[in-house]
Amino acid sequence: MGRYLLRRLLYTVPVLLATTFLIYTLVFVLPGDPIQGLAGDRPVPASVLAELRHRYHLDQPLFVQYAAYLRGLLRGDLGRTFTGEPVAQALAGRWQVTLRLGLTAWLLEAGLGTVLGVWAGLHRGRWADRLVLGGTTLVIAVPVYILGYLAQLVLGVRLGWFPVSGTDAGWPTAYLLPGLVLASFGAGYVARLTRTSLLEHLRADYVRTATAKGLPRRRVVVRHALRNSLLPVVTFLGVELGSLLAGAVVTEYIFNLPGIGQQVFQAIQLREGPTVVGVTTVLVLVFCLANLTVDVLYGLLDPRIRHD
Amino acid sequence: MLTGRRPERRSERGPGRRLLPRTLLAFALVAFAGASCARTAAEDDRPVPAVPGGAYSVALTEPDHLTPGRTTSSYALQVLQGVFDTPLALDPQDGHPVPLAASSLTSTDQQVWTMTLRQGAVFQNGEPVTAAGFAAAWDAAAYGPSGWDANSYFTQIAGYDDLNPPDGRLPTTRHLSGLQVLDDHTLRVTLKAPFSQFPMLLSFPAFAPLPQAAFTDPDGFDLHPVGNGPFQLDGPWRHNQRIDLKRAASYTGPRPPMADAVHFRIFTSKDTAFTELRAGHVDFVTSVPAARAYEAKRTFGRHYAVRPSGTMDYLGLPIWDPRYANPQLRRAISMAIDRPGITRAIYNEVFTPADSLVGATIPGHRAGACGETCEYRPTEARQLFQQAGGFTGTLALYFANSDPTYLQWMTAVANELRQNLGIRDVALRTMAAADLGPILNHHQATGPYRQNWVADYPSEQNYLAGLLGPGTRSGWSDPAFNALLAQGDAAATAEQSIAHYHQAEDLALQQLPLIPLWNWQDQTAWSGRVGNVQLDPYAAGLRLEQITVRH
Repeated sequence: MGRYLLRRLLYTVPVLLATTFLIYTLVFVLPGDPIQGLAGDRPVPASVLAELRHRYHLDQPLFVQYAAYLRGLLRGDLGRTFTGEPVAQALAGRWQVTLRLGLTAWLLEAGLGTVLGVWAGLHRGRWADRLVLGGTTLVIAVPVYILGYLAQLVLGVRLGWFPVSGTDAGWPTAYLLPGLVLASFGAGYVARLTRTSLLEHLRADYVRTATAKGLPRRRVVVRHALRNSLLPVVTFLGVELGSLLAGAVVTEYIFNLPGIGQQVFQAIQLREGPTVVGVTTVLVLVFCLANLTVDVLYGLLDPRIRHD
Repeated sequence: MLTGRRPERRSERGPGRRLLPRTLLAFALVAFAGASCARTAAEDDRPVPAVPGGAYSVALTEPDHLTPGRTTSSYALQVLQGVFDTPLALDPQDGHPVPLAASSLTSTDQQVWTMTLRQGAVFQNGEPVTAAGFAAAWDAAAYGPSGWDANSYFTQIAGYDDLNPPDGRLPTTRHLSGLQVLDDHTLRVTLKAPFSQFPMLLSFPAFAPLPQAAFTDPDGFDLHPVGNGPFQLDGPWRHNQRIDLKRAASYTGPRPPMADAVHFRIFTSKDTAFTELRAGHVDFVTSVPAARAYEAKRTFGRHYAVRPSGTMDYLGLPIWDPRYANPQLRRAISMAIDRPGITRAIYNEVFTPADSLVGATIPGHRAGACGETCEYRPTEARQLFQQAGGFTGTLALYFANSDPTYLQWMTAVANELRQNLGIRDVALRTMAAADLGPILNHHQATGPYRQNWVADYPSEQNYLAGLLGPGTRSGWSDPAFNALLAQGDAAATAEQSIAHYHQAEDLALQQLPLIPLWNWQDQTAWSGRVGNVQLDPYAAGLRLEQITVRH
């Protein structure tokens, strides 16, 4: 197990190098001039333009830029944003927001999804099942920004149950509504996945055996059927954690949460190489770790799978 | 009652109680609720008593910097307007310069100006405001290698060229030779050439003084600027979240604040800011999205106003392309555009059709200066177009994708050019601002482009010189036009200057290198808690010190 973990962790090093270089190149080859873009419709004096290009290494060829970036990275320096703030500092403040939002959404997704899925699965063909199937179809079909604005108006403005936006109310209060909106798509997915998987396993031989040997229904469902039917759900949730952290751009925008999604969106618009690469590096790390966690969890859920 | 920030409604209700049922119900509601819009904006029509005290909040977009010379962002200027006193301010009625940090600014030849400072003024850290503090701030902004945004505002001061060598050499001096500190309260400014609009320029925040701290710790200062204005920062700027201001006890100037504190809440989405205003969590939104104009009018009634602004949109013409060389063709394009139709359909009449090269709020603006050239006359446009010899090839329209409405109005313009002029091949070239800038600056565009102008100070000269003067990206260069501008700059009185600028504008409108499209306006809406809201087009947003609060 220990060797397996170490090997998997070592794999992430070349993955990180390759992705940072790829992203750096992509940002570099984009046409346009980021400094002039910052100034809008007003020409920038040549002296200022030259100084800013030099400051952000924009006047050097790709490999020199990338080498300078890597050297900085080794010292823990991620470069500076175009407003002069160190990228590491900007990210540190924003990660907390994204992490809280992502985890809140992930917990809601896992909790709501499995509970609804089990509920539907155990009442197959009855109204509970139809309600869950219909409801999840609707939620998956509606774009997230419509859900977001609707949730703000109904639950924030009209009913006043949740803050409308911002992080002032702290965790968890400020993150519940955006978390719910962000989780809605995945929760629908998880519910459907759980339901199908559970139904499949409830028909399996070992469940009939467990029932035949006189185990209580509750124990049969929870310990035998559910545990096995969670495998695909865990796979989905593992990858989903990464996507929730990376894909919260729209939710962060609507709910005014100063997180990573917002920043990477703005940085791409501004051609802010160091920020884009910095965020991507961290996201790649998150994806690698999430995948690793999923693989380890497999072993815990299914004793047939071993890592060595 | 000096309670500072209003408690969020959340904390009164006790968070976390009955979480699961509420969350479940919320889920169900969001999933099944129709588009049931709420109308719960804090509407309170009682007049707000004009007594000092209380705190209010303003929705803001994240600024880039908070050091005056480092920024030209209108969001930063809104904050700096409260924290710094510039030498002069602009009168809310007609925009003429009035004393603020300076007690007087005089000149006999429009070239050498003597600025006298108000006695006894101090920065919010106790440091006295001196002529040297002004000179240091201007030097820093004008010094090319500082890389400060407001650098180009100092071009007219003598010695600017030494601080910005064109060939990339490091400057040999850090000081503008045109600045002379005569004593603690007197600064003599020598310009490169006579410039009668200089007093107006001095209302721009980049001309505010800086204390020593701005130079010893520039990064720290940018987060927590110390100014000479009526409000001071209450804790550092929290990026993307908030900027808190409180009354500056040391302030002795002519605009003491009414409220005790102003809280800027930073939003990425203006729609979300407006929703927060409707929920009663924010007191001011100064840029309600145009798409929500009718909703804002209906919901806020007397607490809603349209504030004219000097910002304008133009259609720039690539006069370096021979196909656009004929002014007749340029006029045909202008007359084929239905300005009222577009401002109504896309901007809900919040924007107004332009009838001049300068904004409607600018002193000296002449309604209808553009005449029928800026009117929608499709048949005459067609005639002119044919007289001019028509057009061959693709007519490409260049614009940035920074706002979805640009695509909407450019599409409308493209359709009108097709229908009214019969140009078959009209293409849209939309791209990121970072890509478009170099294309336009290097005159690589082969078609008309979106040109925007935000006025720095309310003078015709700012538009004409900034858009069409020597070295601008329009590529237009007319000796007669430049001479008229120079005469206006050298004139002794405002009236004489304006007369010259009018002649210059007429010349430009005849040649039409730039087609005026519409004037921007800002929609402001506010809660029932705040009063004495006077919006004028000359301030950078709200005049923070005037607002009173029910508390």
